[in-house]
Amino acid sequence: MSELIREDGRKFDELRPIKIEAGVLERADGSAYLEVGGNKILVAVYGPRESYIRRLLEPNTGVIRCRYNMAPFSVDDRKRPGPDRRSSEISKITADALRPALMLESYPRSMVDVYIEVIEAEGGTRCAGITAASVALVDAGVPMRDIVVGCAAGKVSDEIVLDLSEVEDKEGQADVPIAIMPRTGEITLLQSDGNLTEEEFQKAIDLAMEGCMKVSELQKEALMKKYSVE
Amino acid sequence: MDVVPEITRESIRNLIINGKREDGRLLDEYRDISIETDVISKAEGSARVKIGGTQVLVGVKPQIGSPFPDTPDLGVLMTNCEMLPMADPTFEPGPPGEDSIELARVVDRGIRESELVDLDKLCIEEGKHVWMLFIDLHIIDNCGNLFDAAELAVMSALKSTKLPTATVVDEEVVLDEENLFELPVNNDVAMCTFVKIGGEMVLDPSLSEERVADARLNVGVTRDGKICAMQKGGAEPLTKDDLFAAVNIAVSKTKELVEYL
Repeated sequence: MSELIREDGRKFDELRPIKIEAGVLERADGSAYLEVGGNKILVAVYGPRESYIRRLLEPNTGVIRCRYNMAPFSVDDRKRPGPDRRSSEISKITADALRPALMLESYPRSMVDVYIEVIEAEGGTRCAGITAASVALVDAGVPMRDIVVGCAAGKVSDEIVLDLSEVEDKEGQADVPIAIMPRTGEITLLQSDGNLTEEEFQKAIDLAMEGCMKVSELQKEALMKKYSVE
Repeated sequence: MDVVPEITRESIRNLIINGKREDGRLLDEYRDISIETDVISKAEGSARVKIGGTQVLVGVKPQIGSPFPDTPDLGVLMTNCEMLPMADPTFEPGPPGEDSIELARVVDRGIRESELVDLDKLCIEEGKHVWMLFIDLHIIDNCGNLFDAAELAVMSALKSTKLPTATVVDEEVVLDEENLFELPVNNDVAMCTFVKIGGEMVLDPSLSEERVADARLNVGVTRDGKICAMQKGGAEPLTKDDLFAAVNIAVSKTKELVEYL
């Protein structure tokens, strides 16, 4: 099965080319830009700042709020601007994926805003968004236990493969995006759609975790590049 | 929410009265400008423009639609702007607010009134099918003067736009993705934005200058020196002399700006 060559020439366990850059915006407290395959993702972080939305305020901890948004020009057929059901769900699970890594208990009554903008989409934007968001959170100086990283595995032509492209996602049989905290290997995001046997599912998780570990190194490299002193 | 200390207000004002600015520029000098086009492969036209720290992204997406009844042989341009909450700590998520709509409409006026896009070449079948171009402005970093950055970005994105050839076969529109044609753009337009501080008209305001400004003036000028769009904003009035001085600078500065396109 390692002989399998995918539509874009990748091996079953090969990621698309990735580029990560930390600190790309002036105004935001932290920011990151990420390209993976044809995806282009920009993330800005504001906070921790005083929660100006009263109903979100927690007296004993800080809160994280995420907004995942796709640019109208990020997809083949123009997307109508504004939130839809898909982006609302992704916003929610992204906040859930990042929250365990943040030491928000040190910031009662405050909030951290994470704004994820999909500038161009080519499959796997939620994982890319989480990966970039973590880098932006570090860039913002938010205290963290770990740098969350996301990656997907899936099933295409009856094979379990890593990091599905847009075409593979559309034609494939299953897609399993996950996010982990690489230091402990704990999973902070898991979704799955499509059909998998128990054995295939285990294989997909193992493969996605391996992918996460590789991406994690690139996150750290981007931050080192930004913050290391010669 | 955005409170400017009186001492900051005073110092910016005093500098300007003496012909100086916080960042050392002249009153009629732009910050560094950079333009990149074709930055989004899925958009038919795109551009990223930076003026100083201000950053704006534009994508152009076409759709086939019906023309307006009063212009059955013309294509349609629609400009939309999202001031993303990422761009500024005071920008809120949600549907476009007044500022965002004003920005989109002023920028749109510049390209519409200069008639730089040949809308009749966007007609596929009169009265039935025309190209509609959606121009989506994404404000990603606000360090002041979004108007001029947005106008340059829209202009550059339109100039980089390529559309598939469309023909009508048996009343159906057929697209030939192999044969692209460049969007017919036959003029250039740029916008010069001024703010009035301490009685002076200051070009390309920085964020802190915008915050302490008494009034704002946008002047859209074509390459051949025609004034095609204007808008006055802000709480205080402008005098006739303010206007004429600003327009005079805008007409000469436009020649520099269109060089970037």
